[in-house]
Amino acid sequence: MVIAQVPEIRFNQSQLLTEPDLPGERPSAQPAQQEASAIRTFLLARGNSAWADRGFRWLMVLCALSIFGIVVLIATELVERSKLAWGAFGLDFFYKAYIDTFTGKPMYWDPVNSHFSALPFLYGTLVSSLLALLLAVPLAIGVAVFLTEMCPGFLRAPLAFITELLAAIPSVIYGFWAVSVLVPLMKIYVNPALIKTLGWTGLFADDNPTGLGFLTSGIILAIMILPIVSSLTREVMTAVPTSQREAVLALGATRWEMIRMGVLRNARIGIVGAIILGLGRALGETMAVAMVIGNSPEIQRSLLANGSTMSAVIANEFAEASSDLHLSALMELGLALFIVTIIVNAFARMLVWMVTRGTPSSVH
Amino acid sequence: MGLRTSLGEETLRDEHQLRAKLRTLADGAATGLAVLATVMVVAPLVAIFVYLVYKGAVSLNWAFFTHNPVPVGEAGGGMANAIVGSGILLGVGSLIGIPIGIAGGIFLAEFGRGTRLANAIRFTADVLNGVPSIVMGIAVYSLVVVPQGHFSAFSGGVALGIMMIPTVCRTTEEMLLMVPHAVREAALALGVPNWRSVLSITVRTASAGIITGCMLAFARVAGETAPLIFTAFGNVGWSEKLSEPIAALPLQIYVYALSPYDEWHRLAWAGALVLIVLIVLAVSLVRYVTSRGVLKGAS
Amino acid sequence: MGVSIEVTNLNAWYGTNHTLQDIDLNIPANHATALIGPSGCGKSTFVRCLNRMHETNPIARVTGTVLIGGLDIYADAKPVEIRRRVGMVFQRPNPFPTMSIYDNVAAGLKLNGYSNRKVLDEIVEKSLKNSALWEEVKDELKKKSGASLSGGQQQRLCIARALAVDPEVLLMDEPASALDPVSTSKIEDLIFQLKSQYTIVIVTHNMQQAARVAEKTGFFLNGRMVEFDSTHKIFTNPSDKRTEDYITGRFG
Repeated sequence: MVIAQVPEIRFNQSQLLTEPDLPGERPSAQPAQQEASAIRTFLLARGNSAWADRGFRWLMVLCALSIFGIVVLIATELVERSKLAWGAFGLDFFYKAYIDTFTGKPMYWDPVNSHFSALPFLYGTLVSSLLALLLAVPLAIGVAVFLTEMCPGFLRAPLAFITELLAAIPSVIYGFWAVSVLVPLMKIYVNPALIKTLGWTGLFADDNPTGLGFLTSGIILAIMILPIVSSLTREVMTAVPTSQREAVLALGATRWEMIRMGVLRNARIGIVGAIILGLGRALGETMAVAMVIGNSPEIQRSLLANGSTMSAVIANEFAEASSDLHLSALMELGLALFIVTIIVNAFARMLVWMVTRGTPSSVH
Repeated sequence: MGLRTSLGEETLRDEHQLRAKLRTLADGAATGLAVLATVMVVAPLVAIFVYLVYKGAVSLNWAFFTHNPVPVGEAGGGMANAIVGSGILLGVGSLIGIPIGIAGGIFLAEFGRGTRLANAIRFTADVLNGVPSIVMGIAVYSLVVVPQGHFSAFSGGVALGIMMIPTVCRTTEEMLLMVPHAVREAALALGVPNWRSVLSITVRTASAGIITGCMLAFARVAGETAPLIFTAFGNVGWSEKLSEPIAALPLQIYVYALSPYDEWHRLAWAGALVLIVLIVLAVSLVRYVTSRGVLKGAS
Repeated sequence: MGVSIEVTNLNAWYGTNHTLQDIDLNIPANHATALIGPSGCGKSTFVRCLNRMHETNPIARVTGTVLIGGLDIYADAKPVEIRRRVGMVFQRPNPFPTMSIYDNVAAGLKLNGYSNRKVLDEIVEKSLKNSALWEEVKDELKKKSGASLSGGQQQRLCIARALAVDPEVLLMDEPASALDPVSTSKIEDLIFQLKSQYTIVIVTHNMQQAARVAEKTGFFLNGRMVEFDSTHKIFTNPSDKRTEDYITGRFG
């Protein structure tokens, strides 16, 4: 019974119906009828390169493990060098200060008498970083929202390019600019105005006419972390699926409402991550801060006062540390900085990962 | 059947209209704020950029590239030693950072894909990228400078190299992941050994992207000052030896910027411009290559 | 000349998914054998077991025996060695994108260390002629990249690349399914001409194609081989009802 039409066949009937050789007559591995070609012989002799594969694989693994190695390396070196300071001060390093008998005031960082406390630097790092976040985050999110949701198409690429470019400018150049332009600006215009209008808060005292200080460093830090917070926010916003946006729009929302409910709400974890990443960057920023913060190991309430940060004091004093204890104290500061930035960055990365779902994000 | 036309219905309609107006207002305000934020960000940033370029342009001259620094008070002089020094430091750093970084990226993409080890390494690399460069500097100081007993170009190169490894590793991985699986299968099906397939086919297909990744890492460490302060240390004179302190462009800029001398400021601006040009070129090139599609005709 | 393939008790898994179950069949030398069946029935997995490509997937597993030309490819040989003797052409053409046409065809040899220029030139020409691509590309061998050809040309390039290493078996996993009808018929002509020199196994969705080019056909369903017989018998008088249902289009 013909079940299906056998279609038109090109070869003659006898060829089609020929039963192929039965398995019992299989030819040998090397066909006897025709000598194996030179190529076949060549390839057969090549072997299976199991050793090369294994060696290659191990080499790659080793190099990848170097990442862990670097972390371990830094940790061990810093811990080793901090031992002296840790032995001398212990945990007090981080929250106690030596009171100077003459003035009755706390003496935090005294290389002469070998009294070292990390407090002013923790304070300075925190204040300058928080100031930077306060100034940068609203602007960064605003820019991100504009670029992702509101920007006309032809502007998007150039603006994004500019942001990326500015993220690449080295810290020392930002610092140089700050010293040349920002500091005089603060000194002549901004600080006097702040003192006059907001001096009553106690945050803007009159006693530092240099234009350096916490506020100035906060501003330059804000400028420096803007690009990274903005571009990361853009990344998490773009990761929100279009279906979310459309769902909100379909309910009759305005564009802003769509952005707020459809995008920002979904991306908020990632945005928090972006902010924390910006914080991480601000915490560790060295050169620009070292150039404008005034380098005074003091804790002052005024934002216009000189101060110092962990990274700035290391940069300034390391090369001329006066004693082994001094150096060890600086190393301990470095260790603290290392641990803090690792924790902050790890936390931030996890948040961003949760939103972008582990797709390898661009390297920042 | 008519609509209910009670008073309640009317106030409801008014309330709707008021609400609608407020919503439109809010929408406009939000747009305005976003635009304002963008302007407030872009304009000053561009102004900074233009200022830097301007100050650098007026300060640049041939002597900058050909002369070493001269004692304070004398005119002229340049940063030739710093340019060469940066070149050497970057050379050593690249020699360390690029091969190890690429190999790490190859592992992540080709051998460890999906494994927990690879995830841990990738995460650690990202976290490492956020560690302050000064911490790298003092770690390398402890590791290399102290045993050596002196500052050296070699230690500076090591510091820069270590900084390049995580960046190069991640970008390499990203580029390799973009190579379609079909290409790898084609190579394997030909009986090409795995190591050969990875190198000659997969890596080669992604080579444009990998190279741009290296360039990005290169540009990033080219401007780093902090890790060099206590490794390479800087040098007012000419030096090419790996065992001696060596000058570097960003380091020199830092020292000169903080000095009270106008002449040194001028040199610092010139140096800043050279650095910026280098970095802009690198970033632009990267953008250009990646926008063209790093894998020509691969998909 | 080609060799025969004997498969005994082949089972294959992707993780916990038992993709192939107890496959037994003998593929004759120097003939074309077609494997048909609905999507997901395991035909692709089967051919990938024949050149040990199946195991490139980390969660894949194979048990059973496959003898190619009498050689137990799992017990007595390494994957790399087998793949040099069993060539494969994939469903979507996959020429190496950064290589020229010449380099694409020569890839299997060059990457295995062969460097004799003159012989390579001859082999490239012979392979391209055998895959009916020579006339169209002979002037631009080294200038044009493999990826710049049309779909049908790319697939013929992939066939030439597979032929260049002089395999004994050629596996083709739905080689024409991504191509237009003209290219498809060109490839079918090719298979017809090549089968006298090689053993060809072709997986296809297209029953007419199986009938056109293959002497023997196997019908796969849900990981089992339901029926394996001469093409004529499968299409005119199948023994199994399931085969009959598939042929007449009741499913699949």
